[in-house]
Amino acid sequence: MDRRDAFRHNVLTAGHRACSGCGEAMAARMVGDLIGPDAIYINATGCLQVFTTHNQQTAWQVPWIHSVFANAAAVAAGVEAALRGRGKATPVVVQAGDGGTFDIGLQCLSGMIERGHDVLFVCYDNEAYMNTGVQRSSSTPHGVRTTTSPPGRLSQGKHELKKDVISIIAAHHLPYAATATIAYFPDLKAKVEKALGIEGPRFLHVLSPCPLGWAHDSALSVTVSRLAVETGLFPLLELEHGELTGVMRLAEQKPVRDYLRLQGRFRHLFDSKEGLEEIRHLQALADTRIRRYGLLDAETTWDTHSAMHGARHGRGGYARAAGPAAGEGNDGS
Amino acid sequence: MRRLLEGSQAVAEAVRLCRPRVVAAYPITPQTHIIERLAQHVADGELEAEFISAESEFGAASLVQGAVAAGARSFTATASQGLLLMTEVLYNIAGMRLPLVMVCANRALSAPINIFCDHQDSMALRDAGWIQIYVESNQEAVDSVIQAYRLAEACELPVMICMDGFLLTHTYEPVVLPAQSAVDEYLPAFHFARALDPARPMTLGGGSEADNYQEYRVAQQRAMENAETVIEAFDAEFGEQFGRHYGGMLQGYRLEGAETVLLVLGSLMGTVRDVVDGLRERGQAVGALRLRCFRPFPAQGLVRLLAEARRIVVLEKAFSPGAGGMLAAEVRAALQQAGSMTPVEGVIGGLGGRDLTPDVIEALLRDGTPADTGTLRFAPAHREQGAPSHG
Repeated sequence: MDRRDAFRHNVLTAGHRACSGCGEAMAARMVGDLIGPDAIYINATGCLQVFTTHNQQTAWQVPWIHSVFANAAAVAAGVEAALRGRGKATPVVVQAGDGGTFDIGLQCLSGMIERGHDVLFVCYDNEAYMNTGVQRSSSTPHGVRTTTSPPGRLSQGKHELKKDVISIIAAHHLPYAATATIAYFPDLKAKVEKALGIEGPRFLHVLSPCPLGWAHDSALSVTVSRLAVETGLFPLLELEHGELTGVMRLAEQKPVRDYLRLQGRFRHLFDSKEGLEEIRHLQALADTRIRRYGLLDAETTWDTHSAMHGARHGRGGYARAAGPAAGEGNDGS
Repeated sequence: MRRLLEGSQAVAEAVRLCRPRVVAAYPITPQTHIIERLAQHVADGELEAEFISAESEFGAASLVQGAVAAGARSFTATASQGLLLMTEVLYNIAGMRLPLVMVCANRALSAPINIFCDHQDSMALRDAGWIQIYVESNQEAVDSVIQAYRLAEACELPVMICMDGFLLTHTYEPVVLPAQSAVDEYLPAFHFARALDPARPMTLGGGSEADNYQEYRVAQQRAMENAETVIEAFDAEFGEQFGRHYGGMLQGYRLEGAETVLLVLGSLMGTVRDVVDGLRERGQAVGALRLRCFRPFPAQGLVRLLAEARRIVVLEKAFSPGAGGMLAAEVRAALQQAGSMTPVEGVIGGLGGRDLTPDVIEALLRDGTPADTGTLRFAPAHREQGAPSHG
């Protein structure tokens, strides 16, 4: 399937109020159209809820409910329980930001997974509380400038590490958990489709750049999210029943600086000795993740290079042992 | 069928008879026996429902919100801290006009932690947009749960059945359980017009701003006003079908010629009836009035039933520190609005399970003490000296 054919359902339709270049809007549009209209969507409070259902208007062409910030997973579990025994398997999908996943929503999310509800939870992670004006969350990487982790005479931005939420989720030993990002649509597609084919709790963690909060050019959202993967800062993973079953190999490792330089939220780090030390920490973190997940030596034909070129053929997923070699997709339509 | 049942068991039987499809809860004393019994019914195949052990009361309220929004009749129950933990979701359920029924096993609030009965928990939720029915007996709890589902679904308003923790939930009383066929006749199957359904996509819980938010809130008020007649009608209809009814929103006792009237909520009314009988035998013109419904507030009925009273005493198991009893304040407001000059004495008592004995109640009715607007009165007499320190 061509990328351009994907948006046939318009689950999230035009006219919403997202900022230009919003990674979350792109991600939700991709995910929504991959899942389709025969599903029930539960949204946590956050940007996606605000910009799609502004003041008695709605951009959703699907049954959609928003209750409060923290409870999306529990509301979804209730919806799923209500549907049980009705003889048709309507997918139940949660959409939440990093606040609604890592922080305020974590308890309900953990409960939903532990009880084994047949719910797909999608986290659009933009690494801070963007809806309220860019405050730090537990997903914000260290060194980042937000309004509540401001750099100053005594500070280089956020002091703490980004929470390793995928490991927390995987520790529930749920059937399927994966990370993805808007830069690799065939990869995202493969993961959504795989998730839809599995019964039980599933978790999809989608890195979604925010031009406003990350302070990058709104034309660069896809580039920035690709660099997050290529530097090793955001590994693309699949975990089944708690075990790592797939990674996207890095065709080449890009230096973390390439990623940081495009974003104003890291700019202060380049101005001081202490800031440069934080950059070294971020590089070390990327190196650690590359080692931990074997991102440079994983046994897969699916790497950051072939994933880009393979897009035209709609090839996705890690499971295939053999596929067209890198570069073969170049002459595709 | 008449059976000797614990209050919690009786309520669980009533819930079973209403055929909920989803039950979600988190255990908290004194609510636990209700949900344990329901879990057993599901395990035994006597109730075809999903029983979900939530990770918190906040989760439990959210689960049943989702279930009702998806069109399934649902139930939850809680008490005290659990009710407060649900607060955000309970407001949301009411704002979304979802027809849900829950039981609050009334219990005091922390700190200090106390598991026994007063009404501070549900009174703290009085502004949440839920119909609140305070029951006097286990039989009334059973009958009110059945009425509540019909009421909630007809008015698209959530209903909270408030039953006194331990005093009712853990007390064995003979209870008549209606036959399933009779309940099915009284309570039609649940069809929620706004249910989440891919065949008819709808957005629930979207944004609203200054140009329309107030209209939603006013609609909530209108629904509550409308509910007053529905509560009366459904209670009367229940009476016709089952032979028991509870006065709709208000239940008076020996109000004919009563010069002094005592107002209470909940199970305390049983003791009050005995005290009133005793005083009447001694020739004293006393009566009692129980607010079965606190939301919607039965202002018109109160004015009508208290028209002849010369002295009104409100004895309530909750208060707002720094102000006074909420029930007394609302009774005063209703009477004043209607032009009545009858003084209303507010007394706070029975907090954290402290016994309100016939002697205490009799003293309140007997005392000719004029309305004291200065200090708040507590009953029974409490200890000012030697009061515990709040370490």
